[in-house]
Amino acid sequence: MKNALRLSSFGAMLVRIVFAAVAAFPIVFMLVSSLKPDQQIFGDMSSVAAFLPIGNISLDNYTAVFDRVPAARFLINSIGVSAVTVVLGIFINSLCAFALSRMEVRGKRVVFTAILATLIVPFQTLALPLVWWVNQLPYFELNGFSLEISKGWLDTYQVQIIPFIANAFSIYLYHQYFESIPKELDEAARIDGAGWFKIYRQVVMPLAGPATATVAILTFLPAWNSYLWPLMVVQSEELRPVMIGIQYFFQLNVSWGEVMAYASLITVPVVILFIAFQRSFINSIASSGVKG
Amino acid sequence: MNKRFTRILATSIAAAALVGSLGACGKGSASATSDATNEITMWTHNAGNPEELAAIKSVVDSYNKSGAAKAQIKVQAFPQDSYNDSVVSAAAAGKLPCIVDIDGPNVPNWAWAKYLTPLKLSADLSKNLPSTVAKWEGETYAVGHYDVALAMLARASDLKAAGVRVATIEKPWTKEEFQDALTKLKALGKWQYPLDMGTAGSGEWLPYGYSPFLQSFGADLINRDGFQSADGTLNGDKAVAWAEWFRGLADQGFMAKKSGKDSTQDFLNNKSGLLYTGSWAADKARAALGKDLVVMPTVDLGNGPKIGGASWQWGVTSDCKNSDAAMDYLSYSLKPENLAAVAKATGTIPATDEAAALLPAFAEDGANRVFMEFSRNYAVMRPETPAYPFIATEYGKAVQDILAGADPKTVLDKAVKAIDANIKSNGGYKS
Repeated sequence: MKNALRLSSFGAMLVRIVFAAVAAFPIVFMLVSSLKPDQQIFGDMSSVAAFLPIGNISLDNYTAVFDRVPAARFLINSIGVSAVTVVLGIFINSLCAFALSRMEVRGKRVVFTAILATLIVPFQTLALPLVWWVNQLPYFELNGFSLEISKGWLDTYQVQIIPFIANAFSIYLYHQYFESIPKELDEAARIDGAGWFKIYRQVVMPLAGPATATVAILTFLPAWNSYLWPLMVVQSEELRPVMIGIQYFFQLNVSWGEVMAYASLITVPVVILFIAFQRSFINSIASSGVKG
Repeated sequence: MNKRFTRILATSIAAAALVGSLGACGKGSASATSDATNEITMWTHNAGNPEELAAIKSVVDSYNKSGAAKAQIKVQAFPQDSYNDSVVSAAAAGKLPCIVDIDGPNVPNWAWAKYLTPLKLSADLSKNLPSTVAKWEGETYAVGHYDVALAMLARASDLKAAGVRVATIEKPWTKEEFQDALTKLKALGKWQYPLDMGTAGSGEWLPYGYSPFLQSFGADLINRDGFQSADGTLNGDKAVAWAEWFRGLADQGFMAKKSGKDSTQDFLNNKSGLLYTGSWAADKARAALGKDLVVMPTVDLGNGPKIGGASWQWGVTSDCKNSDAAMDYLSYSLKPENLAAVAKATGTIPATDEAAALLPAFAEDGANRVFMEFSRNYAVMRPETPAYPFIATEYGKAVQDILAGADPKTVLDKAVKAIDANIKSNGGYKS
């Protein structure tokens, strides 16, 4: 009996190792290949050597990445744009969800349904009209002591941030989470003299940590991976995010070692963020039944 | 908990303030408006290609510093793969720069869409390689510094071992000789597939790389008389024969239905014996193989060897407020020394003989001279119609379906139907 149990737990462990290996192999291949010259990457491809840091190993590809692409600048841009989008996204979307969940407002179900309906419209269909729209918006610029107003947000940071702050999925996620928080807490707070914003700030949001972690990750990932939108609205190199940078490597003669080195560089922040929020993320998925 | 939330709130406010401050300092330094100032913007597809970008910037610098510059040119570089998307969205927003570079076959579409204005250059274009001058409806809309050419690369030692003769411009391989060569190379047993045609390629490679074979069979992407229909041209007997031949290369085990991601690297790693590629791979192959490398013309499938003509070219946008300066710069950039500098940096074929004479590689016995001959003798322009981007997409899908095993006639009929419908729905793409 004991032996059978041991065998079954060994089998379960083996299955887990296989799944983990399948998930990890592409990342291992990327990291290992980033250290090899092109000819060796392709030479090793048909053997297990493709996953091992053996042969002619160096950091040359990383040096070449910084020669070809202003990678540091792109990383800073993406970190800035993603962080601001996440922070404002948490604030705005949670406020919206709070109103829809806790406040008694006529027609709030219609508003909530309308917000959810926007989820079925793919961004690609909105992209071109949105380009036209953001190009009509006023742009304020300080020039010395005078405030200058021009038209159009193209080629700016805010055009990469503001259209993505309000997010129907984040509102939905917060809404569902807020619904699980007993409304009696609101009533108790009201008896203590708290207003709506105080209830939001001091009662509901502190209990919504897992939802906030999930929203943070689900907002961060598309912001970090953003490609089509910056491609359309950003022309200056100094404002480009990291994902545009990957295209710099696809020339007629592709240097795959450099591609792998750049891919490794831009994957690291995402992995760090996921590890940092992993527990909250899993908790939120478990409690809300939402799959990210 | 309260403190934690206060922190979140404070961070949000700080973030909002940051957006505001980004607004103040985060505007691109080189806005792409086609204004009438003394600085005009030029977009190029060379971000990530330091050699070509440096060569272009060098030409621009010398123009800017010349006393005769009518405006200062500012270069903005984009990655090649996403360049067209950037241009199309800028056009939608009315934010195109004054000068753009364009992949040659797209010029008629951009001219038809009124992105481009006809060129009025002081430079004489009559001596340029024909494939470097893009015309539509009788007007010249773009001009290139260079072209590239398709070829077959092999190791002389492999051909000798297999008893296969080296193909030449005077005597390219016929269809039967090509079949024989592949059979003999395969019999050497050195490679799983002796031929690599870059079948993992996508996008413009599919029409650029494979429509010349279609044309060598006597078919074409569209009936070039008026460019109004592909019926009978892309789905006729000759086109079907091309499709069957092409898939036959895979069915007979001569080439993979989907090659490796980097065909040149696979060839250099001796994973294939015969590589169909462009002149851009030659320098790398020569550096690796030395004198063992042979560069041969593509196959004569009945109507002579064919290769695609036209590479990246330069045009002036319709909304450019200082088109006089833009035209002046383009004329300046076409000086032989500038053409030679760009061709040298990129390993491409310079647009004129005068420029070629300045480069030893393209001199009479130069290592790359052969590509110039290929371009002169075999180049066929991709159809000069605004419908080309659509045709290219449909043809690309057809190639992939044919390789995947679909019935050639059915696939080509479907492509023709889609192409004809597109042309009709766009009013025949009349100007």
